[in-house]
Parts: sequence; structure tokens; C-alpha cells
Amino acid sequence: MTRLAVRKTYKLYIGGAFPRSESGRTLVVEGANIARASRKDLRDAVRIARQAGAGWWGMTAYNRGQVLYRIAEMMEDRHAALSAASSEAEVSRAIDRVVWYAGWADKLAQTVGSSNPVAGPYFNFTVPEPTGVVGIIAPQKPALLGLVSRVLPVIVGGNAVVVIASETHPLAAIELAECLATADVPGGVVNILTGQRAELAPVLASHMDVAALDLAGADGDAAELERLGAENVKRVVHGHPDRQSLYEITPFLELKTVWHPVGM
Amino acid sequence: MVPAEKHGRTAAVVSKWDYAPAPEAKDIVKIQDRYGLFIGGKFVEPLSKQHYTTIDPAHEEPLAEVAQAGKADVAKAVRAAREAYATTWSKLRPSERAKYLYRIARILQERAREFAVLESRNGGKPIRESRDVDLPLAAAHFFYYAGWADKLEYAFPNRKPRPIGVAGQIIPWNFPMLMLAWKIAPALAAGNTVVLKPAETTPLTALLFCDVLRQAELPPGVVNIVTGDGRTGAEIVAHPDVNKIAFTGSTEVGKAIQRALAGTGKRLTLELGGKAANVVFDDAPLDQAVEGIVNGIYFNQGHVCCAGSRLFVQESIYDAIISKLKRRMSTLRVGDPLDKNTDVGAINSKMQLDKITSLVQSGIDEGAEIYQPPCKLPERGYWFVPTVFTNVAQSYRIAQEEIFGPVLSVLTFRTPDEAVEKANNTPYGLSAGVWTEKGSRILAMAQRLKAGVVWANTYNRFDPTSPFGGYKESGFGREGGLHGLEPYLAFDE
Repeated sequence: MTRLAVRKTYKLYIGGAFPRSESGRTLVVEGANIARASRKDLRDAVRIARQAGAGWWGMTAYNRGQVLYRIAEMMEDRHAALSAASSEAEVSRAIDRVVWYAGWADKLAQTVGSSNPVAGPYFNFTVPEPTGVVGIIAPQKPALLGLVSRVLPVIVGGNAVVVIASETHPLAAIELAECLATADVPGGVVNILTGQRAELAPVLASHMDVAALDLAGADGDAAELERLGAENVKRVVHGHPDRQSLYEITPFLELKTVWHPVGM
Repeated sequence: MVPAEKHGRTAAVVSKWDYAPAPEAKDIVKIQDRYGLFIGGKFVEPLSKQHYTTIDPAHEEPLAEVAQAGKADVAKAVRAAREAYATTWSKLRPSERAKYLYRIARILQERAREFAVLESRNGGKPIRESRDVDLPLAAAHFFYYAGWADKLEYAFPNRKPRPIGVAGQIIPWNFPMLMLAWKIAPALAAGNTVVLKPAETTPLTALLFCDVLRQAELPPGVVNIVTGDGRTGAEIVAHPDVNKIAFTGSTEVGKAIQRALAGTGKRLTLELGGKAANVVFDDAPLDQAVEGIVNGIYFNQGHVCCAGSRLFVQESIYDAIISKLKRRMSTLRVGDPLDKNTDVGAINSKMQLDKITSLVQSGIDEGAEIYQPPCKLPERGYWFVPTVFTNVAQSYRIAQEEIFGPVLSVLTFRTPDEAVEKANNTPYGLSAGVWTEKGSRILAMAQRLKAGVVWANTYNRFDPTSPFGGYKESGFGREGGLHGLEPYLAFDE
């Protein structure tokens, strides 16, 4: 007798848990029933991300780096499952990219910050800080590498993210979510929604608690999403779907300058 | 022993003492009757054939006729900037570019008094500020960025920095020359050319600056100055051959610009409004804090985007701070901007005065308690008495909206957590102040306040090396410092 395989149910990833869409809706994509996130799911995810962001940024940079490195460990462990949703070569590149970004966690302040020789008795310094909740419209392809290339540079800076996954290739996103959930990434730091981008993207772009918007995966609607983003002066970024650079991190950082008095 | 009677008489005489007028001479700077637009290195008549009158807000007297640039004028200025970019400025060796900027810095230092007087006449700010703050800082800004022009590869290693092209720059009326310097110095250092629009109400120092450019022999078209109101600004934003927009002004206009640029790929930096928290802890040096509070909100009539307009006082020192503050406010001298003793000058325009008046009325209507020191205002001109509101709830408009005038709202807190939560309870995030003797508390507060600039035991301090700019709806991008170069550069990556 051959054993009947136990199949996986593909769900959303919100607040560290895997809920179905509150709407109860699903879509068939890549041969599976995929949760079709609603606007309510998206708003919930933003609320949770906002709460989670403070804790994530409150960790030490060293600790954040270790958690991010742990994502790579979990991905290596699940190489086969991830490959099934993408390709072996893509998974290997994605893992290496996670390791590369993990290393930035405790180097950003030194690379991006400065101390400034002001003309007065002040120690004046500039440090990078997260911008807040970042909304990401992930590239359609490469589904896994594209997602990693957008999410990692944003969270390494201490931001929390709400991602609208590839509409055409959502399975890789859910597989990655399972790596995140087991890698000690605090719940809510990364939230991934599957479903129809046209339905979700405008809600993300106009949400007043979203501080920045990455339109890597937007196509015809990019201008409209940018326009919506102006409502709360969002930082709008056209992220590269497959580039590894410090300068994919910096657009999601704020620079804070402090004037500290000097005196006896 | 001094007899009580005599002592009393002496005190009475002292209280009547007043400062003799100490006006700065006006004739150091000549104002023309009429100005054209500065395009391609010379003044030209506007194609729009329209002019408007710019005034002295302290006397409501006309100073000059200034051109209202139209669409064709803006197009002409952009063409001049593009041509200068293509033929001279981008071809110039960076070290030569630097020397032009050094020249400009030096000439500004030499002619600082002219500019200070003109700034105070056209804008209404006290000469003490324009002379001691605006102009020295403007010159310092050019001097600082001059040195970057031939060192960009060191500022951005491995990034191959190059200029963007033509920058369109739109500046406000609160610090006309300083904002001009913040915009033009980094743009030119990075190798761009510029079309700059000064604010509608304060165009004169920008027009005088054209004479500095002439003296510096800057190649024609590298800097073009077009005057006009918001319509002129909109034409700059809309022009397809402008590669980058830098705007300082209201959040409302900033959002409109961001919307207008959506989908165009043009680069954008915005330095917008604020509603800064100035947080005073019970261990702060109180007299120093009161000076800082006063400087935070009454500096430049409160026409400061980073003004410390929300004062948070720890409850245990509330009474002491308020009484010291009221006493200090009673010594503020409001009046002639050109008088060297003046602390608070004229409100910049009738429009701004109306806005301040209506927001102050809303504070009274919503239930806040108003205090204004006895103060004799000049009969003509636009004036507003330094004002403080106590008994303010966070929901009041005076605690939420940017007033951009000499109006302070006082709120209280008990714990540092409460201070942080209340301070961050605003869509703005430009600046904040912290007053405490404890260095560790300064740094802890600085980490938690969502603001681009945090001043500790000081306020409203600026320096060309110090990056300035906002979080949240106060805008994005930084001006000043190494970070202030990036918005004017493109990178090959």
C-alpha cells in the first residue's frame, strides 16, 4: 500500500501566525488553494506590524543580525521545499543573500551615520533609524529571490513589513514565511499576504500607518500608488527585484541628528 | 542701608527705563524700483509682463516691483540652466567648481550687512537675527559645501557620484537667504545647475544674491532666479526638463508636489512643517531651559518649521517654569526689525497674521488659557504679541496644527514614557528638544523621539555640517552635512 501524502494548507502569515483570510476567500494558483487576503487582513497586518516594529528595533543590532542569519539556516534546512516553489539555484542565491544582509545589522550605524563637527560646544551625531512600517509589493518573479531581495534590506534596518506576495507565484512566499516563523523573527515583523494585488495595493499605498512603500512589483499602477502614497508623505521606493546593495537598505532608514551638550 | 522710600523710588525709575532706539542704517543697501528675472546670468523682463509689489511687513510700505514669472519664463530659465549644465558647469573641473563656491561664500561674508538689512526689511525679522544667524550661516553653508565639490568620491566611496542635471528649488519666506544657501550650495557643489524660486513675499535678498553671482563671475545660467507666487512654483514642478525638485514649505503644498511628481521619476526632497515637542524634565537647569523655550518658539516670530511649539513640562516644576517664562516674556521687545534691540519682529505677511490670529482664537474657544505680556505694538505693520497657552489638551488645534507664529502651547507630563508618547503624538517629526542635566536621559530620550533633529539643552541651533530634515509628514531627505549631498547626486551602481 502506498501511503497517502499529507498536503499543506497555504495560508497568510500575519503576526507570526498562519491565519486564513478573514474573508474566507481562496484562489487556485500554482495548483493550490491560496488564501485571498482581504483589505481587512491587510489593515490588521499593518496594525500588528506597527506594534512589532518597536520590539524589533529595540533588540540589539547584534541580536537582530543573529535572527536574520537564522533565517538562512532555516532556509538551508528547507532547501527542498523552497526549491519546489522556485528552483535549486534560486534558493541557493536567496540563502546567500539573507546571509549577506544579516551581516549589515550591526554595521549600518557605522556606515551610514556620522559625527558632525559643528561650530559650538556640542557633540553632534547622526544615526540611522527605521522609518516604520514598510509596505512592499513583491516582484512577480523571481518569486523567492525577489521576495528575499526586498524584505531583507528593509527589516535589517529595523523596520517591520507588510508584503503583498507575487500574485502569480505565491507558494514561495508561504514557504519563506515558514522559515521566518521558525527563525525567531518576532511575530509581526514580517507579514505576508497572498491574493490579488490590484485589490490590496491601493489600500497599502494609502494606509496612514505605512511610512514607506516599495513598489518593486508594481507595474502599470505604480504612478497611481505613488500618488496615493503622498497622502502621508510616504517614502516611495522602486526597489530592485534582484540586487544586493547597501543602497537597497538606506532608502528605508531615517537619519536622526542629535545635539548633545559638551561642558564640564 | 538704603531707605525704603528711596529704594522704592529708584525701582520705579528703573522700571520706566527704556532702550533708546538703535536702528540699523537702511542706506547700506539700495533697493531698485523694479526687478526682472535672473536668467542666463542677466536680468530680463518677464515674458508674462506681470509684476507684483513686495512690501516691508513692519511698515506695510512697498519696497519694489517684482516679476511674476509665468510658464514661458520658467521654461526659459530651465533652458538656461540646461544649457549651462551641458556646456560649462558639468564640464568644469570639480576643484574649479569649488572655487566658485568659495568665492560666493567670501562675498556673502563681505556684504553680509547689506543682506541682513534687506532681509529684515523685506521679511520683518529682527536685524539681530538676520545679522547674527541667517547671514553667517548662509555664508558658512557655501563655505562648507565648496569643499565637498572636489571630494565627492570620498563622500560616496564605490558609488561613482555624478550630478543629476537641473534642480528646481522652491524656498520659503522664513529664512530667505539661509534657505537659498541650503538649496544652492549642495546643488552646485554636486555639479548641478539651478532654477530657484524665492518665496512670494521675500524675493529681495535672492535678487541681491544675483549681484554676488555677478561679482563671483559664476558662468551664466548656472543659477537662475525666478520670482513669483505658487503658480510659478507649480510651473517649475511641472517642467519636464527639471530632474530634481527640492521644496521647503508647508506640508500641504509638499503633498501636492509629491502627487504631481508621481510616476515622473523626478527626484524629490521635501522639508515640510512641524509641531515640535520641547520636553523639560524636573532636573533641567530652569533658567537655561526658559531661555531655550523662548528661543525655541519666539525666535524669528515663531516662523520656524522646527519651532518648539509644544512645550512639555514635568508636573513638579510646572509652576516654576510658567512663572519664569511669563517673567521672561514680559522682557521681550517687539517692534522695528531694524532696531538692534528688537527680539521679536514683524509677522511676515497679512495672510500669515490672519492664520495666527484664527488659530489663537481657536485655542481660546477650545478652552485653553491665554497669556500675553503687556506689549505696545507699532500702529502700522503686521504684529503679534508673544503668546503662551496653558491648560491645553492634546486634541486642541493649537496642540496639533502648525501655527508658524509666536504662540506656545504648554502641556505637562509625569513620567518619561508619558513625555515620549505625547511628544510623538503628531503626524510631524521634524525636531524635538530635551532639557535635563542627565546625559544618559538625553540619549535615551533622543533615541525614542521620532524626529530628525533632537536638541539637548539647546534649541534652534543650525550648522552646515549637521544634517537637517524630518520624519513622517515633515518630509524626506536631509539638508546639511555629508548627507545633504546625496539628494543632488546620481550613482552608477
